[in-house]
Amino acid sequence: MKHPIWIAATIAGGLAAGAASAQTLDAVKTNDVLKCGVNTGLAGFAGPDPNGRWVGFDVAFCRAMAAAVLGDQDKVQFVPLTGETRFTALASGEVDYLSRNTTWTLTRDVDLGFTFIGVNYYDGQGFIVPAELGVTSATELDGATVCIQTGTTTELNLADFFAANGISYDPVPIQTNSEALQQYQAGACDAYTTDASGLAASRATFENPDDHVILPEIISKEPLGPLVREGDDQWADIGRWVLNALIAAEEYGITAENAAEMAASSQNPEIRRLLGSESNLGEILGLEADWAVKAIQAQGNYGEIFAANIGEGTPINLARGLNAQWTDGGLMYSPPFR
Amino acid sequence: MTSIDTHQEPFRLGMLLNDTRYRSLTIQVFALAAFILATAWLVSNTVQNLSALGKDFSFTFLGSRAGYDISQTLVPYTNNSTHGRAALVGILNTILIAILGCALATVLGVLIGVLRLSGNWIVARIAAVYVEGFRNVPVLLWIIAIMAIITESAPAPSAFRGEEASASMLFGAFAVTNRGLYMPWPVLGPGWQLVVLTFLASLAAIVFLRRQARRRQEETGEILPIFWLGTGLFFVPVLLVDALLGGPITLDYPVLERFNFAGGGFVDKALLALWLALSLYTGSYIAEIVRAGILAVPRGQTEAASALGLRPRRVMSLVILPQALRVIVPPLISQYLNLTKNSSLAIAVGYMDVRATLGGITMNQTGRELECMLLLMGFYLLVSLGISSVMNWYNASVALKER
Repeated sequence: MKHPIWIAATIAGGLAAGAASAQTLDAVKTNDVLKCGVNTGLAGFAGPDPNGRWVGFDVAFCRAMAAAVLGDQDKVQFVPLTGETRFTALASGEVDYLSRNTTWTLTRDVDLGFTFIGVNYYDGQGFIVPAELGVTSATELDGATVCIQTGTTTELNLADFFAANGISYDPVPIQTNSEALQQYQAGACDAYTTDASGLAASRATFENPDDHVILPEIISKEPLGPLVREGDDQWADIGRWVLNALIAAEEYGITAENAAEMAASSQNPEIRRLLGSESNLGEILGLEADWAVKAIQAQGNYGEIFAANIGEGTPINLARGLNAQWTDGGLMYSPPFR
Repeated sequence: MTSIDTHQEPFRLGMLLNDTRYRSLTIQVFALAAFILATAWLVSNTVQNLSALGKDFSFTFLGSRAGYDISQTLVPYTNNSTHGRAALVGILNTILIAILGCALATVLGVLIGVLRLSGNWIVARIAAVYVEGFRNVPVLLWIIAIMAIITESAPAPSAFRGEEASASMLFGAFAVTNRGLYMPWPVLGPGWQLVVLTFLASLAAIVFLRRQARRRQEETGEILPIFWLGTGLFFVPVLLVDALLGGPITLDYPVLERFNFAGGGFVDKALLALWLALSLYTGSYIAEIVRAGILAVPRGQTEAASALGLRPRRVMSLVILPQALRVIVPPLISQYLNLTKNSSLAIAVGYMDVRATLGGITMNQTGRELECMLLLMGFYLLVSLGISSVMNWYNASVALKER
């Protein structure tokens, strides 16, 4: 008599599991909103502006994604996540797209069950210290108290770096960037370590940025990029090619302003394919033909997003460096659209 | 005379619903079936979703290298240790905060609970303000607030530097900084075992002395100056042996180096903040429990004790509190359990308890959410059951003995 129960249970479970792993694209279209995981607050990368509208480098990719999929860059529900909660949130379906300066590593890609869809910022881990300490190199930090954001790769790099140099330190694990800065500015830690872009962003918010120096050592490779759940290749492909479209747009000189015009008038076949005037790339992806135009119009091409949020001239003041187009000696390189 | 009809009605299927003798059985069977169904659905759903995500269910990650550092550990740990070891460090840190917290909360609670009943208006009001202030604000806010107060108000180690230092060490030995408390720490030289043995012996002697004193008081009514004798026994033999052996146990004092104090002992401010916040918060509940317990003892007891000529302090410690304990202990168990479970808020201030190591960094680095959460739940369950059983045993020992 117990058998029917077990069979029923298995069937019920199977149905529920089937529903849970339904195609992300359909779910996003049905809900008409993209749930996007972002940083709880990192100047230039993610944070609400004075009007409460989310802005920043990472936010821009969420908006471009929403524009490509739903046709409206404001159909995004931003979910602020800490370094510790981000992966659980993505794995559990609380967010569909995680754009939260997350480092692409093998274990995260393979073992944690996520798919990294590209790199939108090539970064490395650095240290910031008060200038008055007179420290000029990270190797002089023997015995220092170092603040770190817990649940990040920086935690592991830090341990490796100090072990490799045979020096000791006292780690102070902290949950968010703002709490870490509070500790650092109060002198509760001698140094704060995170991605160099984050350090530059944070330093820009200090009262006297010149009282703090970012040490020359970059102790790791931190390719930051957006990621999605593993197992939904269509959704991962969309994410990957929206990112590529923004990078390619900069290469071909397509901007938020001229995207519509270029789509109509450009004679370059690659541009015509990208912008949907030719071929059926949108259809292949499961999107509208003008997906790339919408994505570019949202926040501009990669270069525009960079310049508006974190580039030279903004308070963050980051040089393009490794993040320049490959044609300018950087690493930003989109595969062809055909 | 008619015989009673003992004929039993034959069992029919409808009786499962209509007959009260069988109905409860039917309901139980259905409830059990529903429970099994729900559990099976949950398990199957979990397994299917895990496999859809390409994840298996295994605890082998506990044996792999952790790779991260922990600042305060009770057992040796480096970043080359395993995740299992990191979990152990976290478990010990959780137990440490639980013991420290329960102890301080009890002391505070008893003190404030008694003070709230004080005849002195101001003292009673201050105790009331303490209780209401801490009881009615979420403990997480208190943890963060106390952490912020320590961070912002205590001096940084650099303030201790230079000719005109703005901060100085207490007694030249203790440094209160916004990183934590640096203090002297004993260093064990050759022959230290003897000193420790002497100390243990004098502790035993104190216990023996107290028993003797009590017996003597019961027999003759004479009260020995037990406090002074005990204090003398506590210090004199140890210091004597230590001096005779040429001081095998010395103190290592913290010294300011380039960034931090080095040497001596160090108590992380996260531990201090968490300890204070949890103790103050739970202490306010315990104060109310103690007050209720005291009020539960009939007023006649106090009056009778006073009539016997006992002083107020002795009335409290000899007559009221022992009777109040019977009312106090059962709800006290809940408070100890609450404090232990609330210690998982440690992550808010970066104290590396088991929630922060196993359920935080390890979970994040290995992606084993389900396994880590199950282990954590199992751990808290075990600890809570442990505390419960110890306290229940204590409760049985103070309960009213029916004779």
